[in-house]
Amino acid sequence: MYSPERMVYLEKTSGAAVAVGSVGKQRSAIRSKKSGFTNVTERVMKYIFTVCGITAVACVLMITIYMIISGAPAIGKIGLTDFLFGDTWYAKKEQFGILPLILTSVFGTLGAIVIGVPIGLLTAVFLSELAPKAMKNVVKPAVELLAGIPSVIYGLLGANLVKPLMYALEEVIYANDPTHQFTGGANLASAIIVLAIMILPTIINISENAISAVPSEYREASYGLGATKIQTIFKVVIPAAKSGIASGVVLGVGRAIGEAMAIILVAGNSANMPELFSSVKFLTTGIVAEFPYSSGLHREALFAIGLVLFVFIMIINLILNGILKKGGKKEKAAKTAGKA
Amino acid sequence: MAKAVTNSLTKKRRRVSDIVLKALIFLSSGIVVALTLGMIIYIAVKGTEGMSLNFLTTPAFSYPYENYGVLGNIINTLYLVVITLIIATPVGVGAAIYLTEYAKQGRLTRIIEFTTETLAGIPSIIYGLFGSVFFYNIFKVNYSLLTGALTLSIMVLPTIIRTTQEAIKTVPMGYREGAIGLGAPKWHTIRTVVLPSCIDGILTSVILSIGRIVGESAALIFTAGIAAEVGINSLGDIFGKVMNQGGSLTVQLYQYAQRGGAEMKYAFSTALVLLVTVLIINICAKLVAYRIRKKRSV
Repeated sequence: MYSPERMVYLEKTSGAAVAVGSVGKQRSAIRSKKSGFTNVTERVMKYIFTVCGITAVACVLMITIYMIISGAPAIGKIGLTDFLFGDTWYAKKEQFGILPLILTSVFGTLGAIVIGVPIGLLTAVFLSELAPKAMKNVVKPAVELLAGIPSVIYGLLGANLVKPLMYALEEVIYANDPTHQFTGGANLASAIIVLAIMILPTIINISENAISAVPSEYREASYGLGATKIQTIFKVVIPAAKSGIASGVVLGVGRAIGEAMAIILVAGNSANMPELFSSVKFLTTGIVAEFPYSSGLHREALFAIGLVLFVFIMIINLILNGILKKGGKKEKAAKTAGKA
Repeated sequence: MAKAVTNSLTKKRRRVSDIVLKALIFLSSGIVVALTLGMIIYIAVKGTEGMSLNFLTTPAFSYPYENYGVLGNIINTLYLVVITLIIATPVGVGAAIYLTEYAKQGRLTRIIEFTTETLAGIPSIIYGLFGSVFFYNIFKVNYSLLTGALTLSIMVLPTIIRTTQEAIKTVPMGYREGAIGLGAPKWHTIRTVVLPSCIDGILTSVILSIGRIVGESAALIFTAGIAAEVGINSLGDIFGKVMNQGGSLTVQLYQYAQRGGAEMKYAFSTALVLLVTVLIINICAKLVAYRIRKKRSV
């Protein structure tokens, strides 16, 4: 998806398309002799395709505008600082401070990254560097399937498998702590595990693409210097693929922070400050859980949460774009240096 | 990749760190495979408990009211898939054609590509919020299958645009040059040369989109609603249903799971239905990809 290969490829093909365009211009003399009907169809189709092309831009604009229109009023009424930094979310008493929700989303995502990235990256290394064909034919489809499993199913399995496991752990850890409020396993730790599994396919696929795109000369030079295969992987290949891997991680962050249905059944849903073994409410799960029965300022506040989430995602997108641009530039430089 | 050079020239050294890292790599891949297999087996085992012909052929909560089924949800999901594809496929393919065949590399294409990536990154819950407000303003209906499908159309647009774009790019330049050399104008070239040679790629994008639509839940709860009845009693209802609310399979799964208790086993049965669907979609995508590769190697 985001592989640097694709960026280079894109430049190549679009260059060629421009070339065809100029051929087309030379031919326009011949074309103009054709019936006016063909000319009209040609022009109409061009407009239709242009409109299709702009649809994506229009959609993003509409979504942005609507998120602001429906989210901003609540922020105005509550006050930006009270809303963002207020530490109590209690809808019945009209207390709408989303700091616990923000922090939960941030820590939940961080936790998922800490667990998911090493496993994902190592699996990507396995797929692109070490796996014999037969094993690749097992791991690769498994990753594809993992990516295709709907998020509610992750939630269901989390509720049935991860929750009891975390409850057992909780009981062991807090056995001698009478002040601890037991969550029955519906806590941040469970949510982190579910999220970590969910982001695996994203990280694996994008890291694998990035690692495969590292030129084999790098590896050969490293072997030539007497490095072992594992040394080459960790000291040469992964550093060379780091911008691709970084974009995989950023995409993983985006996926984790925006996920709702997979964690709503395991997070516990009370707006506490994030602690591994306390019941928590994410930005996303807050919306899903409260939207159906909300009204008035409460509903507006939920839209405001949506707006905050949207801003987070936009920032992540910009970071991703920055990484891709930087990676693309570097690649280009390497290419031209290679040619010279 | 470095297939030719597998080892260093000097004699193999045994390094502890190498062995540890290698073990970790194998362990990670093992975890991924075990997770996937474990999930599938667990759902298959737990799902068969509540699975029956009755489960597949009756809607949930219908008379007698303790009845559990997913027929209504299967039909709703089919509606969502069909309507979404009818809307999104032409627009997405059109956008891909514009980007690869018409647009000159410049600011506009950069903006379109950036916004497409942005759309792909927006979480489904945001789509749900947006769809519920935006389409409510248009249709004045709180929940409807059409609202859900329109929301999903925006969501799958990036998938269709990107996959189709990749497919169009693989059509050799010579094909287009040949057509242009024969005097064919652009749209004629696209219609008769470019599109037929990348039809498999478009098919792939449609299959991938179906996967996304079937698996989506957060964007649907606030747009398509949660109704589980079939709601088709006469011929007119077939089209009229579009404006009624209807919960997809995923939404029904969430309902069952949320209630828990005795209904948990039906959540797993619904999960089994979804999982089988996802497996079929994956296999279809594989088959098409295989066909593309075979065609290209010829």
